Amino acid sequence: MAYPTDRKYTKEHEWIQVNGNSATVGITDYAQESLGDIVFVETPKVGAELTAGKTFGTVESVKAVSDLFAPATGTVTEVNADLATSPEKVNKDAHGSWMLKMTLKNPGELDKLLSAADYDKFVAEEAGH
Amino acid sequence: MSSVEAPAIRKTALNAVHRQMGAKMVEFNGWDMPVEYPASLGGGIINEHMSVRTGVGTFDVSHMGDIRLAGPQALAAVQHISMNDASKLAIGQAQYSALLYPQGTFVDDVIVHRLGEDEYLLVINAGTREKDFNWVRDNTRQFDCDVENLSDDFTQIAIQGPKAVNLLQKMTDADLSKVKFYWVTRGRLCGLPDILMGRTGYTAEDGFEIYIPADESTSARIWNEILAVGKEFGVVPCGLGARNTLRLEGKLPLYGHEISDTINVWEAGLDRFCKMEKPEFVGREALEKSKSAGVKRTLVGLEMTERGIARDGYRVQDESGHEIGYVTSGSPAPFLKKNIALAYVPVEQSAVGTKVKVEIRGQGVEAVVVPTPFYKRPKKTA
Repeated sequence: MAYPTDRKYTKEHEWIQVNGNSATVGITDYAQESLGDIVFVETPKVGAELTAGKTFGTVESVKAVSDLFAPATGTVTEVNADLATSPEKVNKDAHGSWMLKMTLKNPGELDKLLSAADYDKFVAEEAGH
Repeated sequence: MSSVEAPAIRKTALNAVHRQMGAKMVEFNGWDMPVEYPASLGGGIINEHMSVRTGVGTFDVSHMGDIRLAGPQALAAVQHISMNDASKLAIGQAQYSALLYPQGTFVDDVIVHRLGEDEYLLVINAGTREKDFNWVRDNTRQFDCDVENLSDDFTQIAIQGPKAVNLLQKMTDADLSKVKFYWVTRGRLCGLPDILMGRTGYTAEDGFEIYIPADESTSARIWNEILAVGKEFGVVPCGLGARNTLRLEGKLPLYGHEISDTINVWEAGLDRFCKMEKPEFVGREALEKSKSAGVKRTLVGLEMTERGIARDGYRVQDESGHEIGYVTSGSPAPFLKKNIALAYVPVEQSAVGTKVKVEIRGQGVEAVVVPTPFYKRPKKTA
C-alpha cells in the first residue's frame, strides 16, 4: 500500500490531512485491514473538543472494538454522517472515508506525527511482529 | 529475561497452508489459528459467514481434541461421565452431551460418537484438551475400558453449509445421502481409506466434519482438494471469526462463555441434553438439588434495539439502569443483520419481550429479550 503523501499519520493508525487551520481525520488502510469488516463507527458531535493522543471515538469490526485517537488538539466542525449507516465504506476506501473535520488549536503539534514514508516503515515493522 | 518460558503456541498441520493463503492469524486457546481469510479468496468474516449460510465453507478445526473410549465397559464409562444418554446411540450415531463436575457445572461440552459395539469417540474443545483427558481418565478408572487421547492423530476439517453434502460427495465413495444429521460414516476420501465423516458441525447449518491423518502433506492435500473440488459450489475458506458468529446465531454454547465450571446445566438451558432418568452420572445429584431449589439465572437471547453492539462481558441492566446480569457472547449477526447477544439474567427478567439495557462504554443501550435460537436453518423441502 502506498500511503498518500498529502497527510500525516499516527502510530495508532489515524491519518490527518491539513488544510490551513483545519484538518480532516480518518483511519489508515492498515487499520481497516487489521480490523476486518467494519460495522460501526462512533464519532463525537460537532463542537466536541479533541486533545491530541486522547480517544475521540470508536470503530468496531465484527470481531473487535477499537478506540480512535485524536491526531491533534482542536474542535470538531463536521462529522461524516454517511459512516453511521455505511461503515463498510472505510474498508473499501480508508483514505477517502474521512471521519471528522476539525479546527487545529496548535498546528505545530503535527510536526510530531509520521510522514507517509515513516508510517509505511512503522506498519511494516508492526506487521512483521 | 523471564525465568518461566511461555508455553509454545500450538499449530495445526495446516498452519503453513493458512499462512500461505494470507489468512489473518490469531491466538485462540493456545493455538495459532486463522481468524479470517483475505477478501481476494472470498474471505472476510461477513463473506465467510454468508457462504456457510447460503453455499459452503471449509474450516480447519484440528485444534479440537478427541478421546477414544473402548472396551467391554465403554458404554458404562461414557454413561458415568456424560449427561446425555449414550445407551440410546446406535453404532454410527452421535449426540451432543457434556462432562460435568460433581457440582453440576461444566468440565466441557462434547459430541459423543458411537463408532463400534464398545467404542466411543468424544470430540472436545481445544482450550480444555488436557483438562478433559485427565478428567475422563481419572473418572473412568473403575471401568474395564481403555481411554486414549487421539487429539494429535487427526486433522479435523469442517465442511459446512447447504452445499457441503454436494461438495464432500464428490470426494468420497461413501453414500452421504444415507447419512442423517448427527450420524457418521466411513469411506474412501481422495484415495485415503476408511475416513471417518460425521454429519455434525458448529454452524447451525448442515455439514460434515472429517477426520484425516494429521501429517502435514496429507492435510494440505485434502484441504486443497476441498477448495479445488468446491470451486463449482463457491466454497470459501473460513476462520474462527465466522465460526463464532455462525454458532452465536444458532445459540450453540462456547466453553468459557455460555458454559463453564461456574455455570450449571439448568442455567445454560441445556436440559434436553441432560437425561435425569439415567440413575447415575457425575453431577446428577447436584443437579437434582439445584432443580428443587430453583434456578436463579438463565441464558437469554438479546437483540439490540438501539444503535450499539453488545460484546462478551458487558453488563446487562434493567430499564432503570440496575445491573442484572452480563453478556456471555455478543456480536453483529451477519446473516440476520442485527446486533445480538447471549446473556445471563435473573429468571424473573428473562421472558421474551423484556426490555433491558446493555452497558456499552458507560451508556445503557436498549435491547430486548428475543426467542432463541436467533437463526434456525430452513427445513429441507426436497
